[in-house]
Amino acid sequence: MGDTMFGDLASTRDGLRDVGYLADDGIASVVYLAEKLGKPVLVEGPAGTGKTELAKSVAAMTDARLIRLQCYEGLDEAKALYEWNYKKQLLRIQADRGSDANNEEWVDIQDDIFNDEFLLTRPLLEAITAEEKVVLLIDEVDRVEVETEALLLEILSEYQVSIPELGTIVASQIPLVFLTSNNTRELSEALKRRCLFLHIDYPQLEREKEIVLAKVEGISNNLAEQIARIVRSIRQIELKKSPSVSETLDWARTLVLLGVESIDVELAKESLNILLKYQSDIDKTTKELTVEA
Amino acid sequence: MLDLLSGFVVQLRNAGLPVSLTENLDAMQAVKHIPIEDREAFKYALAATLVKNEQHWKAFETVFEVYFSLRGPEYNVFDEDGEIDEDSLEEWMSQQMRGMGGQGSAEDMSPEEIAEMLFRALMNADEAMMAAMARAAVTQFAGMEPGRPVGGTYYLYRTLRNLDLDGMLDRLMEEAQERSQDDMTPLQERLEREEYENRIEDLKREIEAEIRRRLVADRGVEAMAKTLRKPLPEDVDFMHASREEMVNIRKAIQPLTRKLAARLARKRKHKRRGPLDFRATVRQSLSYGGVPAEPRFRNPRPNKPELVVIADISGSVAAFARFTLHLVYALQNQFSKVRSFVFIDGIDEVTHLFQNEEDITNAVHRVNTEADVVWVDGHSDYGHAFGVFWEKYGSEINSKSTVMFLGDARNNYHSTNAWVVKETAKKARSVFWLNPEPKSYWDTGDSVITEYATHADGVFECRNLRQLEGFVDHLA
Repeated sequence: MGDTMFGDLASTRDGLRDVGYLADDGIASVVYLAEKLGKPVLVEGPAGTGKTELAKSVAAMTDARLIRLQCYEGLDEAKALYEWNYKKQLLRIQADRGSDANNEEWVDIQDDIFNDEFLLTRPLLEAITAEEKVVLLIDEVDRVEVETEALLLEILSEYQVSIPELGTIVASQIPLVFLTSNNTRELSEALKRRCLFLHIDYPQLEREKEIVLAKVEGISNNLAEQIARIVRSIRQIELKKSPSVSETLDWARTLVLLGVESIDVELAKESLNILLKYQSDIDKTTKELTVEA
Repeated sequence: MLDLLSGFVVQLRNAGLPVSLTENLDAMQAVKHIPIEDREAFKYALAATLVKNEQHWKAFETVFEVYFSLRGPEYNVFDEDGEIDEDSLEEWMSQQMRGMGGQGSAEDMSPEEIAEMLFRALMNADEAMMAAMARAAVTQFAGMEPGRPVGGTYYLYRTLRNLDLDGMLDRLMEEAQERSQDDMTPLQERLEREEYENRIEDLKREIEAEIRRRLVADRGVEAMAKTLRKPLPEDVDFMHASREEMVNIRKAIQPLTRKLAARLARKRKHKRRGPLDFRATVRQSLSYGGVPAEPRFRNPRPNKPELVVIADISGSVAAFARFTLHLVYALQNQFSKVRSFVFIDGIDEVTHLFQNEEDITNAVHRVNTEADVVWVDGHSDYGHAFGVFWEKYGSEINSKSTVMFLGDARNNYHSTNAWVVKETAKKARSVFWLNPEPKSYWDTGDSVITEYATHADGVFECRNLRQLEGFVDHLA
């Protein structure tokens, strides 16, 4: 299955298209290479340009299970890798108390409570131990502290997890790994070195139009073209937060619901609050759009 | 292939990109999986493995274009420019010309004919035609001579001057007006104009690429790679940054200030535990049968770091001041309490200007127009400005404050009043000085940086983003 999907560049791109993700040359090449080289992909770019969506689409395309690790400040080993189910371990020890405890049994118990049964797998370990195909998505990796990044290094380069009590668990199959980052801070060199790098920016006019056409039902070619052009125009204004692709889609859906066929200035101004999320941005854009070019 | 790639990596390193050995190996692996004829895919494969920072993309692209532009015949990797070869193009062009009533090849087209064909190409967004016209225009107007030691920008300028693209834009707009049945609304007009502007930008890029290709053919890859080398965004000097570079710098400031805030905040987190929490200790003692075996402590109250920024905005550091103001604005969003002051020979607080202004450009404009920073003649006088600062605001500096001075300490031979920095350092948690001048200029002429430096906790040369980042790292 996977072999046909990743047969060559073109089929990778087509496969992504089939699951509703329009990849450009760069995206398709990197996804293709990631599969061929068995390397993780670090996806970077402004919010709302389809970074997370890419991982989901690749999962859908390869019929793989998507395992997602949402990063946040304070994420630790116990939440990301694995944890011992100590309550269960305590119960196990308590259950043995009744019988006459001697040293030999204690050794047994000790071996007993540190095995798979008492291990709670967290996303990273789960991705490694999975039997079926998986796509691992490590979302917003720039949110964890630099120190926590180190947790990821072993899994990213060797596809294995070392548990002191159990030994090293090596992946039975190499999962496709996607890390996303909004670039709020510089990631460490060590992490970057282990990954293929992909920067997804706001799409070109043509591609944005295609995305709108593909994702919004019942939209006319003409309206999609207009939307894409206006959004490009707005992105050229210096704003706090430029409209993202997802906001473009929201806007397009709204316009379709309103039964709009072509956009004039008034309508554009009234519906700006869907595209832009800051009042100061809305004011500025309104002013810009009113002034004759 | 191996030689080709390692040569490319050497060029990248020369341009300042950090390419590690493993990345180099990855690139070799990657290109094995890419069909060699696919130039775009080849480029992306190299980029994904070798370039790990979006800011470096432009530098990478330039090196790539130069390095692989003429590698074709030698290694049989690409043909002439990756797409069409010269002869068939020539032929195609002359056919086009005959169709238009002209004759001959591109070499002897008149400027009017070129302009006319360019106009059509732009109107119809005909990319092949645009590329062809870019070639013709370069041949016709650039007047390139082999071995002449001028840069590509000179040729670019000559070509563009002859093409008169601004006039072209107006003509395109007129044509568009005529084509649309009814009158265009301002919005439509704006969108149309942007569309054409975009196409013209494409054309410019095409012309630039054409000139570059010819220059590479003339002078060889290594020489060209050298002349085209530009500093990476993090090495751009604040004092000499172009507009475009400034935009990049501004983007990069945001994450840096966040880092700075995190660094200052972390210091407090790691401090020892707070006072005894009596309630919690009693509660805990219940599990030991009422014996307070395990004392509980309160978390220390996080005292929020306060930042005081004092920035020179005089003419000698004008370019740096622009950057400084952006830095201050970005800091204001990260710290709960920032007070900002600007001075030339007088000093004024501008905290409120930044606080009430959502838009950074407005804020900077207001600082430049509204702040009362001129005392006598508008030449830097650190001594007087500091004196006034101490008098007015000195009492507000306390043990939580981190004070940052930004300036070149060029004092026009006035008295220094260095005691202000000394007193500030005594009261404040720490005092740093960021100087936008190269270290070798310090203490030359009217620079008195050392007099201030002796009292500060640290003085840093801060001419580019790399150094600013170094400063932030130093705080940890």
